[in-house]
Amino acid sequence: MADESILKVENIRKAFGKRHVLKGVSLSIRKGELKVLMGPSGAGKSTLLQCINFLVTPDEGEVWLEGSRLNRARKHDLYAYRQQVGMIFQDFNLFDHLCALDNIEIGLVRVKGLHKDAARERAMGELERVGLSDHAHHYPAQLSGGQKQRVSIARALAMDPKVMLLDEPTSALDPELIGEVLAVIRNLVANGMTMIMATHQIGFSRALADEIIFMEDGQIVEQGPSVKMFSDAVSERTRAFCAKISELYGETF
Amino acid sequence: METLLFFQQEVIPAFLKGLRVSILLILPSAVVGLMIGTVTGALRAYGNRGVRLVADAYATLFRGIPLVVQLFMWYFGLPYFNVYLNPFAASVIGFSLCSGAYHSEYVRGAFLSIKRGQLSAALALGFTRLQMVTAILLPQGFRRALPGCGNELIYLVKYSSLAYMITCIELTGEAKVLASMTFRYTEIFFAVGLVYLGLVTFASWLLQLVEDRFTVPGFEHHEL
Amino acid sequence: MPEGLTAVITAFPYLLQGSLVTVAVVLGAMVSGLVLGVLLAVGQVYGRRPVRLLARVYVWFFRGVPLLVLLFLFYFGLFSVLDINLSAFTVAIIVLGLISAAYQSQIFRGAILSLPEGQFKAARALGMSDLKAISFIVLPQALRFSIPGWSNEYSIVLKDSAVVFALGVAEIMARTHFVATRTYQYLPLYLAAGFLYLVLTFVGVKALRMVEEKVRIPGYSRPGIG
Repeated sequence: MADESILKVENIRKAFGKRHVLKGVSLSIRKGELKVLMGPSGAGKSTLLQCINFLVTPDEGEVWLEGSRLNRARKHDLYAYRQQVGMIFQDFNLFDHLCALDNIEIGLVRVKGLHKDAARERAMGELERVGLSDHAHHYPAQLSGGQKQRVSIARALAMDPKVMLLDEPTSALDPELIGEVLAVIRNLVANGMTMIMATHQIGFSRALADEIIFMEDGQIVEQGPSVKMFSDAVSERTRAFCAKISELYGETF
Repeated sequence: METLLFFQQEVIPAFLKGLRVSILLILPSAVVGLMIGTVTGALRAYGNRGVRLVADAYATLFRGIPLVVQLFMWYFGLPYFNVYLNPFAASVIGFSLCSGAYHSEYVRGAFLSIKRGQLSAALALGFTRLQMVTAILLPQGFRRALPGCGNELIYLVKYSSLAYMITCIELTGEAKVLASMTFRYTEIFFAVGLVYLGLVTFASWLLQLVEDRFTVPGFEHHEL
Repeated sequence: MPEGLTAVITAFPYLLQGSLVTVAVVLGAMVSGLVLGVLLAVGQVYGRRPVRLLARVYVWFFRGVPLLVLLFLFYFGLFSVLDINLSAFTVAIIVLGLISAAYQSQIFRGAILSLPEGQFKAARALGMSDLKAISFIVLPQALRFSIPGWSNEYSIVLKDSAVVFALGVAEIMARTHFVATRTYQYLPLYLAAGFLYLVLTFVGVKALRMVEEKVRIPGYSRPGIG
């Protein structure tokens, strides 16, 4: 099973000073799967995603992409790896000095070395895909939160990632803007994108996730197919957490 | 060995002589400049239109014209009105008026940053106007103006070297005279540079001490 | 003041030529200070320990030693010991540039640090090297935020440039003094010089404000300020 996995992460540990944020986390994901990370804030979900992309350097742990181990000491390998692993941030992190179109273009031109015209065409295509072609020349400060997040998804998609990591992509959004971003992600699922996503959107996860991974205190507490997890979670804590979340967000399941 | 002797016998005595003049230039200029700056700054913040106009014009002119030009005006220009100043007096006047203009900028900003509501609150509590000024306005204004004014004092240490240009022989002047006689420009100017560096570093340290002593949450100075 | 006025009017074209020299010195110093200042700022923020230390020592030295002392040190001292024959004009630009680099680096450093951390992170997440992320993402934003500070630095360098008169560079102040010692119209001439400096300050600051407006990012201002 491990050999079919597109991304495999083993025994990631990370401590900030004395605080052990990740205490040895392993997971793997196959092509076309959506895995959802759940758990209370401070569980280590965000740090885990950032460690997978080495934006935060883990103290220990290895990562395999399509069966080959990443040697992150080699800068070139690391940069190449990051191109293939798209990252969506909670707070979008669009480049504030570039308009929507240029935000998507810059990676294509500067990292992938595409010609300007080709990059423009590709960027425009991605913007269309997230329904924002009429906002191409708007700057981040002129976009709503939902629009920003859609641009950031388009920016990641343009790099042709093999896997996408989504770090609570809707948690910084006003409730009425969450829907448009989820719709884009739902589309990605339908098109077979491989994704690991941290989120509190229970309804969304239950409908679309192949697997729910429940984390607490820097460890995976429980994992399994979404239907099973929500109906009869083994761990008392998982159940309690889900109940609280659904209460908070008014979702029933 | 020979260099050591040279420093012992020539450089250090000359520097000490110059340093004494430099300090005699800096101290009164700092005190007078701060006084001018505080008064002008307060006038610029709270004065009526006419007063503000005059005080603003003073600040603009003395901040806009290079200090060297100002020094030359006091030393070479004043005789136009039959006023003759010696180089030392011209320097002190020039330094005081110039740094007073800069101080006034920080003092004004400091006063303006104090919300009017606090003053109303003080009056509502039954403070007299004078009490309001001494108990509310000045303690806050002082803290807000401290980083800027402190920096200005540090600049004064460096800019005191310009007194040499109107023939007031202070530290830089002594160094220049000695260097011209011995042709040992590099050693002497490097050494004199280190003396200034020491003075400036000492002044910064002192300023930091004062700032730390008076710091209150919300008034921290974040150095960029 | 009729005599004084005549002296000023007669000397004015000569002084105006001096202001060209002043502008050349200031521009030369600002631009070299910009290049070196950016390097120092990047070194201070992203460099390894020895680089950071070196940059800090540089800033400490060039901010602490008076301009006049540095002018003498470089012109009469270092350059002649090293047998480098440079004109007073060139030395003036070099020294003012070295000092300005120290101050400019502090402006840029503050601007870089004011950027949200996510900007750098997102650039790396796309697979950019640190150098690319700094050149294409961090600096284009940081330099925009630096324009007000830069405009302030311009007016300081402009005023400091009057000190290079001590080396005999034929800028505004040197020419003014030269004419004054011949016509004895000291005060009117110094006032004229002061006026020229005020005009140059005004023009430069205005021009930089136009640049700032031109490169402004719609809807965006420096984080934490507006």
